[in-house]
Amino acid sequence: MITINELYCKGCGYCIKFCPRHILEMGKERSQKGHFYPVNINEEACTSCAICALMCPEAAIEVTAKEG
Amino acid sequence: MPSYKRPGALLPMSTGYCPGCLHGLATRLVADAIEELNQQKNAINVVSVGCSALNLYSWCGDDIGAAHGRAPAVATGIKRCLPDRLVFTYQGDGDLAAIGLAEIMSAANRGENFTVIFANNQTYGMTGGQMAPTTLVGQKSTTTPYGRDPVTTGYPLKMCELISVLEAPVFVARYALNSPKGVMDAKKGIKKAFELQLAGKGFTFVELLTNCPTNWGMSPLATLDYMNTNTVPYFVPGVYKDKEGGKQ
Ligand SMILES: Cc1ncc(C[n+]2csc(CCOP(=O)(O)OP(=O)(O)O)c2C)c(N)n1
Ligand code: SF4
Ligand code: SF4
Repeated sequence: MITINELYCKGCGYCIKFCPRHILEMGKERSQKGHFYPVNINEEACTSCAICALMCPEAAIEVTAKEG
Repeated sequence: MPSYKRPGALLPMSTGYCPGCLHGLATRLVADAIEELNQQKNAINVVSVGCSALNLYSWCGDDIGAAHGRAPAVATGIKRCLPDRLVFTYQGDGDLAAIGLAEIMSAANRGENFTVIFANNQTYGMTGGQMAPTTLVGQKSTTTPYGRDPVTTGYPLKMCELISVLEAPVFVARYALNSPKGVMDAKKGIKKAFELQLAGKGFTFVELLTNCPTNWGMSPLATLDYMNTNTVPYFVPGVYKDKEGGKQ
């Protein structure tokens, strides 16, 4: 499972581009800082591969491993 | 199953960098390596001049500022006085390859036991996008508005290649931060350089190919494609020197 800290995110879109399951999408809301930030549109499909977190220049994404 | 936690060496705030600036990613990779090696209280970040220096704002360990290009000289002094500390410089290409060229070559040639993290974004980011020694042939900047012409400005300096022919350095490598594979390799390379330093082996140099969306005048995502077609073919990633060998 991933958690995106919208206050760190600057909306570059790298996580969206590199997610191998294509389950991240730029949201329609702006954060308090004024940036659009990604949302997970299919949490079930997330494999916790952590590539989104690997590519994030702001360390805005944390990943907890899936059980099993 | 992998998991990822924000490293403790970063303060709980966003970076001082523009959206998509790979200086942020490079800083995070350094912090990740420091976390993995449990060196948070032991590391000293020798800060250069440029946007490179903005990592100071997210860094929560010890740090010291050096004059433009002189970070390797400051790191030399610190490491010689405090040999047990993990000392690294974090320098941009204007800082390291232009005004600081003599400092980096001399420190490398003396085989000083610290690590250089060299973020090469092919421009002077902080001062508004002038040509750097590493700007690509044909690449536009404010001082090469028609693209860099080697007839008047020479060719982009390949620092890994230059440093790897010196006798003393133990590890010299270049990684491109525009793809997950490059970032994974970079993470291992930084960790390896730090481990070599902690084992007292000598000078280690890690070049990270980065971007500057703001001064390149591109969206963050467009810079990644630009790097693929232009930067990576010229500044070829790879391990240029590895005296100790072993797996990376
Ligand atoms: C002695 C001195 N000369 C010039 C400057 C102006 N200056 C500040 S940052 C910089 C260039 C930085 O470029 P680079 O090292 O590529 O870092 P980036 O901003 O791209 O990360 C220059 C020339 C200065 N601060 N000090
Ligand atoms: S990579 Fe990080 S900063 Fe960029 S959009 Fe994703 S969460 Fe935000
Ligand atoms: S100006 Fe360029 S190098 Fe400086 S923070 Fe912005 S994108 Fe990064």
